Amino acid sequence: MANVHEFDVVVVGAGGSGLMAGLYASRGAKTAVISKLYPTRSHTGAAQGGISAAFGNLEEDKPEWHTYDTVKGSDYLGDQDAIEFMCNEAIDAVLELEHMGLPFDRTPEGRILQRNFGGHTNNETGKPVRRACHAADRTGHMILQTLYQQCLKNKVNFFDEYQVLDLLLVNGKAAGVVAVELATGELHTFHAKAVIFATGGHGRIFEVTSNAYAYTGDGAAILLRRGLPLEDMEFFQFHPTGIYKLGILITEGVRGEGGVLINGKGERFMPKYASHVKDLASRDVVSRAIYTEIREGRGVNGQNYVYLDSRPESIIKYAAEDGRTNPDGSPYTITAEELLKKLPDIVDFNRVYLGIDPMTQMMPIQPTAHYTMGGIPTNKFGEVVIDDKNTAFPGLYAAGECACVSVHGANRLGTNSLLDLVVFGKHAGLRAAEYAKQADFQKLPDDPTAEARAQFDGLRNGSGKENVFDISREMKKVMFEDVGIYRNEKGMKAAIEKIAEWKERFKHVHIADTGRVFNTELLNAWELGNMLEVADVIAECALNRKESRGGHSREDFQKRDDVNWLKHTLAWKKNGKTEIGYKPVTITKYQPKERVY
Amino acid sequence: MQVTLKVFRYNPDVDKKWHYETYNLDIEETERILDLLELVKGHYDGSLSFRRSCAHGVCGSDAMRINGRNMLACKTLVRDVGDKIAVEPLLGLKVIKDLIVDMEPFFDNYKKVLPYFINDSPLPADGKERLQSPGERARFDDTTKCILCAACTTSCPSFWGSDDYLGPAALVAAHRFIFDSRDEAASERLRIISETSGVARCHTVYNCTMACPRDIQITRAIGELKMATLTGKVD
Ligand SMILES: Cc1cc2nc3c(=O)[nH]c(=O)nc-3n(C[C@H](O)[C@H](O)[C@H](O)COP(=O)(O)OP(=O)(O)OC[C@H]3O[C@@H](n4cnc5c(N)ncnc54)[C@H](O)[C@@H]3O)c2cc1C
Ligand code: SF4
Ligand code: FES
Repeated sequence: MANVHEFDVVVVGAGGSGLMAGLYASRGAKTAVISKLYPTRSHTGAAQGGISAAFGNLEEDKPEWHTYDTVKGSDYLGDQDAIEFMCNEAIDAVLELEHMGLPFDRTPEGRILQRNFGGHTNNETGKPVRRACHAADRTGHMILQTLYQQCLKNKVNFFDEYQVLDLLLVNGKAAGVVAVELATGELHTFHAKAVIFATGGHGRIFEVTSNAYAYTGDGAAILLRRGLPLEDMEFFQFHPTGIYKLGILITEGVRGEGGVLINGKGERFMPKYASHVKDLASRDVVSRAIYTEIREGRGVNGQNYVYLDSRPESIIKYAAEDGRTNPDGSPYTITAEELLKKLPDIVDFNRVYLGIDPMTQMMPIQPTAHYTMGGIPTNKFGEVVIDDKNTAFPGLYAAGECACVSVHGANRLGTNSLLDLVVFGKHAGLRAAEYAKQADFQKLPDDPTAEARAQFDGLRNGSGKENVFDISREMKKVMFEDVGIYRNEKGMKAAIEKIAEWKERFKHVHIADTGRVFNTELLNAWELGNMLEVADVIAECALNRKESRGGHSREDFQKRDDVNWLKHTLAWKKNGKTEIGYKPVTITKYQPKERVY
Repeated sequence: MQVTLKVFRYNPDVDKKWHYETYNLDIEETERILDLLELVKGHYDGSLSFRRSCAHGVCGSDAMRINGRNMLACKTLVRDVGDKIAVEPLLGLKVIKDLIVDMEPFFDNYKKVLPYFINDSPLPADGKERLQSPGERARFDDTTKCILCAACTTSCPSFWGSDDYLGPAALVAAHRFIFDSRDEAASERLRIISETSGVARCHTVYNCTMACPRDIQITRAIGELKMATLTGKVD
């Protein structure tokens, strides 16, 4: 067979999690990392604010507090064994990055500098704690670069600009993947003993999003089509501060440095919603607060946005009101020069996209679709699990944003995703290599590329009367409005009907490009197919969950309901229909209680 | 507002030769050039191809020539360039299709300067971070910002005129490690960039610095490298 490659382990995706998995797997097994983007273009590079670890470099902190904050942040839907595992590994994980050369910002003593972030607290005082390790406001960029560089150093095999289209499963085991080489249009089969998915999220299904064009849920959709379940898909995070209309993220680090939210009447409103930590409450809480302000007519100029104020004089004023201090007990202050050093990219985004200077002007912001909490179910070793008993699927692994361990539950805390990538990317890589050592290759099907080809043929052979761009735009709008921050039965039912219509129309899309080389039109269409699948599952799971928890807020069921809904959702696609099941949440030390910030 | 967007087109599966296509668009002046390309792709010609991902200037996918200058399509607004907009692929790298060029030679140069942290000494006894003062950290801050977009290298006449010049982006990567107080392979990198394909090829034209979407002071960084290759000292 032409274009068949053989590797012990194949990693799909070259963001933070894929690179970490690739690095670790390649130490023990012949490994390939396949990515539709050049590795350094992956969305990990967009992460701004920081990666959490309870070093306590500036003030007292401990992993137990990090664990509890994460459990509470997850609205008790996170699995506590996995959360504890991650938070305990955090310190070593971040140190490992430093040892790989990552240029963290430094304290005067030369240690890793840390800043505040939403939901991270001193559990005794309830006050925000400096837990986010950062490299200016481009922490993700530095993680991505550092890991890619270490992969080069360690001669990891890369297949850059190869897009994976299908997963091969034989005898109930992973057997490899099928990918298209973008530069030639040729299909390649990667025969493997173990496959690790690290394909990132799917925020592009929403109109206003901080997510990259590449965030189309490929990994999740591929597994769904192969009959595997997805977990907790109804939980999607809306980050409070995206640039108005554009959705470009303004890191929570701005509020970590003292920035505050201001409504159209010039009032600081977060103290009303979270009296203790105010602007540093967790993201679901802040996003809902902004929406409430807007709905009640307190947006700016009657529009759908509020302000984020990071002018140094405002920061100093509000810090004094809050009694905020430096680690040595002196009152907290900051200068424009210091802010510029800590948040250079944020200043740049404002200048380029809005023509404003955040040192002298307030930034117009609105919540933006940001992070996929749900995804491919795994255990804490990155093994994909497929039922309510957490049965592992042999040879199949997932890590990073496409996976659901679940450490983020119903709402992720800022800085915990970068941590998740490094910790679970590593363990997935280790486990996959270990597995590959004792496993055999499964025999490939006679025509391994058949399913991938059939999908492409389907796209090329429809009647051609529908436009990919139009369907995509309609989907994004409806998903943002009806399956977004606030949800209700009527809106979601309507959305589900529309998704069915779009899926029908999708069968008839027009593909003008008949070529093979970089046929981005065909690939974008294929990605829209993935987004429709994922959107469908999200809407179905959201309609099914009759409570409000974390990022899932129902107007018709406003309370969290632990009696009926303290459980994970699992969703399968069977004959085009979504089937829903459940899985218990692992609770170890922390019994659910009301969440107050 | 009304704009005309002239786009370089070449589809190797169909075209014998490249050509330009012009589109008249009604758009907002605050839209990105990337938004215009997406609009054309969505509604005028789906075959138009270009790379993009983050859409806000941090992934380095969409460097291209916009009205003759290298820029990121996602970080350039219509109001920055006016109502007559010409978009072409980067110069000096082979065009594969439309605005997509072959990036391999660019990444090959990058790989030549040992673009990874090297320190084989034992870790600190407490197992913690290697200490670095804020001042030492600031020394190489500027060159850590690089997103490998190639805007600099493909704006450089020395790069166009030679087969083997490493180019500014690779030198930026060398700088990032050579001036990192924790790294131990500075002398080896200095040797690599002292070869004829290295810093000697830079004639201080400043095109690279002008082109860099991350505002990296590239010419200055190369100047510091030149000094280090002459004196053998890094400080
Ligand atoms: C603007 C922004 C700021 C953020 N800031 C923070 C922060 O400060 N702290 C924090 O903890 N988190 C932050 N996050 C979240 C965090 O950055 C992401 O969740 C995380 O980087 C995802 O990493 P990943 O490895 O899962 O995926 P990615 O880095 O996105 O990588 C996905 C990879 O999969 C590949 N891929 C996808 N589909 C295919 C396919 N079909 N075939 C082949 N390859 C494929 C892509 O090419 C890419 O290499 C931020 C997110 C955004 C958007
Ligand atoms: S130095 Fe600047 S222009 Fe050159 S590759 Fe890096 S980011 Fe792009
Ligand atoms: S799309 Fe990422 S830099 Fe332009």
